[in-house]
Amino acid sequence: MSTLELDVRGEAGPPRGAARAAPRGYRHFADPAFRVITLVCGLTVAIAMFTLAGVLVLNSWTAIKELGLSFLTTVAWSPSSGSYGALAALAGTVMTTMVAMVIALPLALVIALLLTELVPPRVARVLGTAVEMLAAIPSIIFGMWGLFVLVPFMQERVAPWVTGSWLGELPLLRPGPTFQGGGFSILTAGLVLAVMILPFITAFSRDVLLMVPRVTKEAGYGMGSTTWEVLRKISLRYALSGIVGATFIGLGRALGETMAVAYLVGGDFLTVPRSLLDPGTTVASLIALQFNEATTKLDISALIYMGLILFAITMVFQVLAQIWLRRARRTTGGRA
Amino acid sequence: MAEARAAHHGGTGMSASSPASPPSGRPGPPLAPSDLAALRPRSHARRKTVDALIKVSAWVAASFGIAVMLLIVFEVVRRGIGAIDWAFFTELPPVVGEEGGGLGNAILGTLVITFVAALIALPVGFLGGVWLAEFGRNGRIATGVRMVANVNMGIPSIVVGVFVFAALVKPLQHYSGMAGSIALAFIMLPVMARTTEDILNLVPNELRESGLAMGVPRWRVTLGVVIRAARSGLITGAVLATVRVAGETAPLLLTALSSPYWLNGLFGPEGFFGGPTANLTKTVYDFSGMPYSRMQELAWGGALLIIVAVLGLNVLMRLIFQRGKEW
Amino acid sequence: MRKSNRLRRTVTAVALMAVLAVAALAFAACGDDDTSSDSAVPGSGTSDTIVGAGASFPYPLYSKWGSEYNNLNGVKLNYQSIGSGGGISAITAKTVDFGASDAPLESADLQAAGLVQWPQCVGGVVMVVNLDGVESNQLKLTGELVAKIYNGDIKDWGDPAIAAVNQGLRIPAGKINVVHRSDSSGTTWIYTSYLTAAAGDVWTLGADKEIAWPTGVGGKGNEGVAASVQQLKGAIGYVEYAYAKETGLVSTQLQNADGQWVKPSLESFGEAAAQADWANAEDFYMVLVDQPGPKTWPITGASFIMVQKDQADAERAKTMLKFFDWAFTDGGASAESLDYVPIPADVYQLVESEWETITAAGSPVWPQ
Repeated sequence: MSTLELDVRGEAGPPRGAARAAPRGYRHFADPAFRVITLVCGLTVAIAMFTLAGVLVLNSWTAIKELGLSFLTTVAWSPSSGSYGALAALAGTVMTTMVAMVIALPLALVIALLLTELVPPRVARVLGTAVEMLAAIPSIIFGMWGLFVLVPFMQERVAPWVTGSWLGELPLLRPGPTFQGGGFSILTAGLVLAVMILPFITAFSRDVLLMVPRVTKEAGYGMGSTTWEVLRKISLRYALSGIVGATFIGLGRALGETMAVAYLVGGDFLTVPRSLLDPGTTVASLIALQFNEATTKLDISALIYMGLILFAITMVFQVLAQIWLRRARRTTGGRA
Repeated sequence: MAEARAAHHGGTGMSASSPASPPSGRPGPPLAPSDLAALRPRSHARRKTVDALIKVSAWVAASFGIAVMLLIVFEVVRRGIGAIDWAFFTELPPVVGEEGGGLGNAILGTLVITFVAALIALPVGFLGGVWLAEFGRNGRIATGVRMVANVNMGIPSIVVGVFVFAALVKPLQHYSGMAGSIALAFIMLPVMARTTEDILNLVPNELRESGLAMGVPRWRVTLGVVIRAARSGLITGAVLATVRVAGETAPLLLTALSSPYWLNGLFGPEGFFGGPTANLTKTVYDFSGMPYSRMQELAWGGALLIIVAVLGLNVLMRLIFQRGKEW
Repeated sequence: MRKSNRLRRTVTAVALMAVLAVAALAFAACGDDDTSSDSAVPGSGTSDTIVGAGASFPYPLYSKWGSEYNNLNGVKLNYQSIGSGGGISAITAKTVDFGASDAPLESADLQAAGLVQWPQCVGGVVMVVNLDGVESNQLKLTGELVAKIYNGDIKDWGDPAIAAVNQGLRIPAGKINVVHRSDSSGTTWIYTSYLTAAAGDVWTLGADKEIAWPTGVGGKGNEGVAASVQQLKGAIGYVEYAYAKETGLVSTQLQNADGQWVKPSLESFGEAAAQADWANAEDFYMVLVDQPGPKTWPITGASFIMVQKDQADAERAKTMLKFFDWAFTDGGASAESLDYVPIPADVYQLVESEWETITAAGSPVWPQ
């Protein structure tokens, strides 16, 4: 008999006999009160976010009226002539985020595996804290460290090596028309982003993997599975939605990161980058780099409009992920 | 039983010679095609190699992450340690171009702003996550809340600042530390709610059932049993949410602004609710852009302090809220 | 046993948080330990704190002025750099007492926002290079050369046009690595205004806070440009004078409108401010680039203050204007110590007469 069939969702009251032993008085409203309080908090989260979205729409209205939907497909940014286009920033955002996720996600998963399965708890605690310290570093420090250390490294070592080898022939790595040496580039910004989101995905994945019931894993080991097989076939399936959640936290951080990317991506808001080695810009960093000096109403509004588009893209991506998750979901005991 | 033992000792993994039947001898459920495919013989060596590769890559990945962390932290320590002394914590910033001074007001401001933000966001986010995991679940409202929270985790932080500026600073016509806390709380809220929900979803149903079966009221089951089982993950969620905002400048730029003076009371022009409040991230941002060496040193010192403080917060929360053995 | 353990830890946690909260509130309520708690301004209340925000260029100067003024009479000045655009938005929204901007508003915009503006200080933008064997102020460049370099027309340091004006100086040949700003900035606006004024036939991209640069890498902020120039051999960039001076970057000479070769210095910036025709500038709208005069530095810019024409609180307005009055008359030495040029006294006269148009509830707040 599967315990899954038992519905614990409804008002699970106590069995009749127990009621006599239970205290009276507050019992009657404690449970409903709890439901209401938590509901209110849940709704607060939603309402707060809707308010934010609403104000975004309000502030971008000037730009929406003026620029319309062609804003999404135009490449331009010139406040003095009033022409704006989000395409370059959107392309850059997608590219940097992809680089960051492709690097960080597998790394985070294997590190989480390491922390949960491959090292004793005491060592795991130290290593885990060490990785989490990456999250402690303020983004401006990533930007400045990147500026002083990573940019010259990319410019003098990595970019020449890539362009000189067979890698330089691959479509995304072949230097495009706006190539400036590879120091300030999508790749540099993406690398730093990967390092920035790594601790978030790792820490959360580790905690999620720790919650996989030991019995299930031991059953796998007992059958002769290797560590990797247990992870792949048992733990990951159990923890899938948790790991997807962790991915979203990382993704959110990558999309919204302003300072570090602003220092490293090159600030080229007029081209859709053809290569990872070209400079570019992202929505968040463009807003950050331009907002302080934006004076006209249309200028500010166009920047907010871009934020709104990012909002919308994340929403679409999110819906897709939920659909995928629902189909791929296989739960054993948890309620994922 | 015999088959299982044989499989283990023989080392050939699952043999295709007979479909897996439960050791007790009773016929098991029918096998799906995918199960049959999985029973194909696979070379023991290959499995071991893959496993070894994964383990190696895990160590490499961890080393890479830690190496980068050490590189950066070392650099920050190198540049900032000279600034750390007693005056750093107790004095106001020096006059531009001169020596001495500290970041005392900025440190205090950030402590208060972050503390208030956490006070707002962590409980509300936590309880919201509880609702999502325990009551709302897959209903329409819950799905909506979840999606909105996910999307909001990706908003550029400067946009949050713009929002709070328009909603709070502009109508009241002054900046305030409280506005800064609200902006930070906005960022922390969805992170806390979603991590709470994801962690709670992983707590096995059996725990809830056993609690309810004993006559414990629902709220007590949730708070006493489920939360305790999920403690480690919840702490991570709280720490992650706080850390997410610890190094943020942009949301404070248009809300708390900053100040070269001490926080002074609650409602006056320098009070928490009444006027701009000094904070560490904005000060670090300002000073790092100035060409004067003392300001740069203070900026790196501030960055070092942020890193150390977040690490300390992490360790502290785990120490307080976690059972000794479990990590 | 377990219960007492848990109890102990909960108590510790609660105690810790309580201590933290109490400490924070204690700090907050007891205030500070500087001299300003006894304000010398009678009946002060809220009128002894001035809040301003805007450009980052004058931030060091206004901070220093603020500290000095505070030591004089207890009035507190809080100036924060959030960018010129931020400053204009803030003063228009009345969330600050004054805004600061590197680019002045045109009269129409000024009136539409109900603001008054005036120049508060002057500074210079310099070209910096990274060339082996070339020391500060040795290299000579003309406006046309710089424009061609930033256009991508001149790509190599060995170009004869550069050698022509640098007889006797050994310049290592090599690719010119152009560095510009990746963020929107008043410094870019001043610099490109210079390029447009001095070499308008070559530089056709106009003068703006951000430009569609045809070539080169973008650094964020002065620090980004400085770091890039220092890292790339053969690099050229533009930064604020204070930045070049304090971080030891190698600056260049420029040829000014009079055809003379000038080195960047406070004197040469001051010449630009002195030579400009302020009296005929409506609402002080003035771009100080390419000004006449033998010793004038061609890339100079003024930083402006903006306030509401109609003030809500007369006392606050007076306190604020008194501060600026002090800055104009007594703040010159401090300005120069930080590599800024104070506004000349005769220009200040014009500013003061402009102040007479500022009113609160109908009656003017200046002179006192």
